[in-house]
Amino acid sequence: MATVRTTTGKRRPLAHVGLILFGLAMLYPLLWMLASSFKPTPDIFTEPGLIPSNPTLDNYVEGWTALGEPFSTYLINSSIVVLGSILGNLFACSLAAYAFARLEFRFKRLWFAIMIGSIMLPIHVVIVPQYVMFAQVDMVNTFWPLILPKLLATDGFFVFLMVQFIRGLPRELDEAARIDGCGHWGIFFRIILPLCVPALATTAIFTFIWTWNDFFSQLIFLTDPEMYTVPVALRTFVDATSQTPWGPVFAMSMVALGPIFGFFLAGQRYLVRGIATTGLK
Amino acid sequence: MRQGTAAYLFLLPWFLGLVLITIGPIAASAYLSFTDYSLIGAPEWIGLDNYARMLEDPRFFTSLGVTFTYVLVSVPLQLAFALALALVLDRGVRGLAVYRSAYYLPSLLGGSVAVAILWRQVFGTDGLLNGLLGALGLTGMPGWVSTPDFALGTLIVLNVWTFGAPMVIFLAGLRQIPRMYYEAAAVDGAGPTRRFFHITLPLLSPIIFFNLVLQIIGAFQSFTQSFIVSAGTGGPADSTLFYTLYLYQRGFGNFDMGYASALAWVLLLIVGGLTAVNFLAAKRWVFYGDG
Repeated sequence: MATVRTTTGKRRPLAHVGLILFGLAMLYPLLWMLASSFKPTPDIFTEPGLIPSNPTLDNYVEGWTALGEPFSTYLINSSIVVLGSILGNLFACSLAAYAFARLEFRFKRLWFAIMIGSIMLPIHVVIVPQYVMFAQVDMVNTFWPLILPKLLATDGFFVFLMVQFIRGLPRELDEAARIDGCGHWGIFFRIILPLCVPALATTAIFTFIWTWNDFFSQLIFLTDPEMYTVPVALRTFVDATSQTPWGPVFAMSMVALGPIFGFFLAGQRYLVRGIATTGLK
Repeated sequence: MRQGTAAYLFLLPWFLGLVLITIGPIAASAYLSFTDYSLIGAPEWIGLDNYARMLEDPRFFTSLGVTFTYVLVSVPLQLAFALALALVLDRGVRGLAVYRSAYYLPSLLGGSVAVAILWRQVFGTDGLLNGLLGALGLTGMPGWVSTPDFALGTLIVLNVWTFGAPMVIFLAGLRQIPRMYYEAAAVDGAGPTRRFFHITLPLLSPIIFFNLVLQIIGAFQSFTQSFIVSAGTGGPADSTLFYTLYLYQRGFGNFDMGYASALAWVLLLIVGGLTAVNFLAAKRWVFYGDG
């Protein structure tokens, strides 16, 4: 170990310079968009720099009301979809995961294989019949087509993530609870769920980010401007006129990215751990 | 309560979802793919007509070509960046967590409409890239997203830019390789290159495989990027017409639900086939320690 470490140690300053420059190059477009959201639109093309020479908040004021509804409507709609999806995933995926990790039942291996297979199923394969189905029960232009699947544990990825996590918990805990008179519900709610908090946090954060970013299904199920979520609203903003008003569009794009960035800063420990554990075991 | 009964109660939401949201729709789209159906009236059975039409549909083949080019170019590049950066970071630089987060951030944002909008501006005629090139004296550059030869390239760059997620998985995998292997090899006189090819690469191969499967499936389903950059057209000249975008246009632009269902089934077969090929090929090059 000593030999390997010392030889690389000498190159560290250079490595840092390289890593920092590379990181800045990667993040530069994002930082530039942030800076440009404070620039008057004509400056955006002429200024590749990150410091606005004529800083202004006009883009935010203008962008907020540029579409049919104030932007707060879209933020609220997105929040409803996200919140419903998070609650649905936490509830339904943990229930299913407990059964797969701890209980014995017929065809368990087959059901588990189907669950894993469903992770790889592209939503595009089922979107047409889903649309037909939700149209028949008059649920297009409601949030149900987006939330109901989460209440029914169709995100196999999170079931799998929690199965892996529960398998790592010592079975002796279950046994002790059973001796104390707990049934499966008691074991699940009093023993397993409280210990699953890290996995539940990972699920909540990923569900937040994926649902907040999701465009395809929201574009299909929400066609009434009052029901638009943030991504669908942004899309109409950028396509509404032939001359895109880049300043206000960038400002509202930053509003759209802000919550993800916040969750990322708050939850990166869980994010990194989440991908690492599901990737490895 | 018997364990089996309890298990089915715990699985009740999942079973309902499987029937209503997953298997039911898969079966329904199989049926619809043999019909002519526009949401109004009943589906009309037309046998294999939709599949026959597909064989004579140039845009179907264009969308396949665009998607395969996108997957085959962007995924290897993305994984190469991910592995290279993971190797550098794994050498124990200080501030690892900061670098990891900075490189990971684009993965979280890359699929969003906001970043696709940014891309449309950056690679547009009056975009950031041309502004930078202009500052270097290179004026009169084309709008990259509006030139058929370059438009798909800008989307490939976008996908490569999101190498952070596979990088984090690589990093975790590198941590699992026992340091003593490297020490032993170093004692035996193996240089960094040999250590990489004879220790790192074989022991990391399951992780490489995992990332490959995940990223191929993900890239095949890309939609948002081309939809936003091309304003929903797949243009210019269908050069960014992803398969999923074409499916959307047929199903939700023309309301040709039968044809869209047939396209969906072909997509299912392609993704299933790709995954199967991956798993078969993996037997040749993925090394499992216990195997």
